Amino acid sequence: MTMDMTTVKVEEKLYTNRYLVDAGRPHIKVRPHETPSAGLLALTHTCPAGCYALNDKGQVEVTPDGCVECGTCRIVCEPSGDIEWNYPRGGFGVLFKFG
Amino acid sequence: MIDEKFDVIVVGAGPAGNAAAYTMAKEGLKVLQLERGEYPGSKNVQGAILYADALEKIIPDFREDAPLERHVIEQRMWMLDDNSYVGMHYRSEDFNEEKPNRYTIIRAQFDKWFSRKVRDAGAVVLCETTVTELLRDTRGKVIGVRTDRAGGTIMADMVVLAEGVNGLVGQRAGLRKELKPDAVALAVKEMHFLPRETIEARFNLKGNEGVVIEIMGTVTNGMTGTAFIYTNQESLSVGIGCMVSDFVKSDTSPYALLEAFKNHPSIKPLLAGSEIKEYAGHLIPEGGYKEIPELYGDGWLVVGDAGHFVNAVHREGSNLAMTTGRIAAETIVWLKRRRDPFIADNLAEYARRLEQTFVMKDMKKYKDIPNFLHAKADTVFGLYPRLISKAAQTWFRVDGVDKRTKEKEILQSFRKGRTLTGLIGDAFKLARAWR
Repeated sequence: MTMDMTTVKVEEKLYTNRYLVDAGRPHIKVRPHETPSAGLLALTHTCPAGCYALNDKGQVEVTPDGCVECGTCRIVCEPSGDIEWNYPRGGFGVLFKFG
Repeated sequence: MIDEKFDVIVVGAGPAGNAAAYTMAKEGLKVLQLERGEYPGSKNVQGAILYADALEKIIPDFREDAPLERHVIEQRMWMLDDNSYVGMHYRSEDFNEEKPNRYTIIRAQFDKWFSRKVRDAGAVVLCETTVTELLRDTRGKVIGVRTDRAGGTIMADMVVLAEGVNGLVGQRAGLRKELKPDAVALAVKEMHFLPRETIEARFNLKGNEGVVIEIMGTVTNGMTGTAFIYTNQESLSVGIGCMVSDFVKSDTSPYALLEAFKNHPSIKPLLAGSEIKEYAGHLIPEGGYKEIPELYGDGWLVVGDAGHFVNAVHREGSNLAMTTGRIAAETIVWLKRRRDPFIADNLAEYARRLEQTFVMKDMKKYKDIPNFLHAKADTVFGLYPRLISKAAQTWFRVDGVDKRTKEKEILQSFRKGRTLTGLIGDAFKLARAWR
């Protein structure tokens, strides 16, 4: 199947969700790096909320505001130490209306 | 924060945690349940199908007030290639019974209801509270939890870990290993709202009847995975999931995969005109029996997704969660009555009891399926759907070619696509893994 990924905007999907963002306390952190590991790079397409992106220096950055707390990035990248992942504080983060 | 000591602390308010907390509270144990969401269900995601049998064993009259969407009277299994589907449908009036067997549900609503039952049974339920670690005594026995609330240590004789697939508490306490990317699937799902008459007309339903469509084929782009459409009263749950390891290797994003699925010519008309009100993502532990971790230790045991209790072949999970939660609770109540301490030797009874149920029997039956699917992803999810679709088209298209020639063409396409040895080998390996 051919898939044109560029036309799919995940932001439009996330827009339908409810979040309570814990400002200034991101629950995911990327370890500072010069060049990203293969796992970290893979997160730029694997994260279902599109939270990971390359900056203009070619490093991977995370913006976890739209995170759906699935834990995929944790499983791929926490064992190597590339990221640090914790649950948001109680009550914060995504609030599923339907789940 | 909380000075009293509890008999049991349950971490998590999903199906497993609620089943456990309810069962123990009803039997008079002093139970505290901790949930990190704003309300029980606010962090929980499922398709979702409710299997009545598992819940009936906990709350026999649940049908009286549980928020159920539709009872399932028809199961469709579709195999998709790029333009077609080959399907097997089973629909029966027998499923329109007094106590239906399966229901579609909306988890956020269902979990809220279940949690109310837990409270009514006498448990204390504390939301917006994330458990950060287990407390142990000098001999290593678990004696309570620490939470992210101020002064948040709480003591208990026993901790039930019902923390779901991302079981950080148990993992960080070293009770079980980190999940492997090839043992978990990532599923994404949207809620599509439509008027109920539209759903009923489109899916051939009346009243509260519902349809479940389970889908595999080229929509997963050669990855091990499945897609689904479930009919709710006024919405459709539409989702697709593949193994995390496959997503990592591919260059496909889950949302692009979902979008392509929704635009498949066999799917698109079913969703036409719908309003999307939520997008969710969730992991499903699909490694099977071999990935089940240590289930108990001094002062703790694990239930549900955190214990890797999912039957991926049959798309069952919530029933395994409720059943493990109930059995764990019954074991704890039994030990408490006997005044036996909650140490590993005694809690081994939980695992022994599980062995006698469908949970462990089914987990064992399919223990080799994950490896089979993994080794054969391209063949199972790409080649065969294409070959089968092509065969069906050759067979049904009337074009002046005689039937014997058509039969030959079909056989040849299979032998060319997979070779005779390949076909026999796949059948043999599948049969062996299925047995």
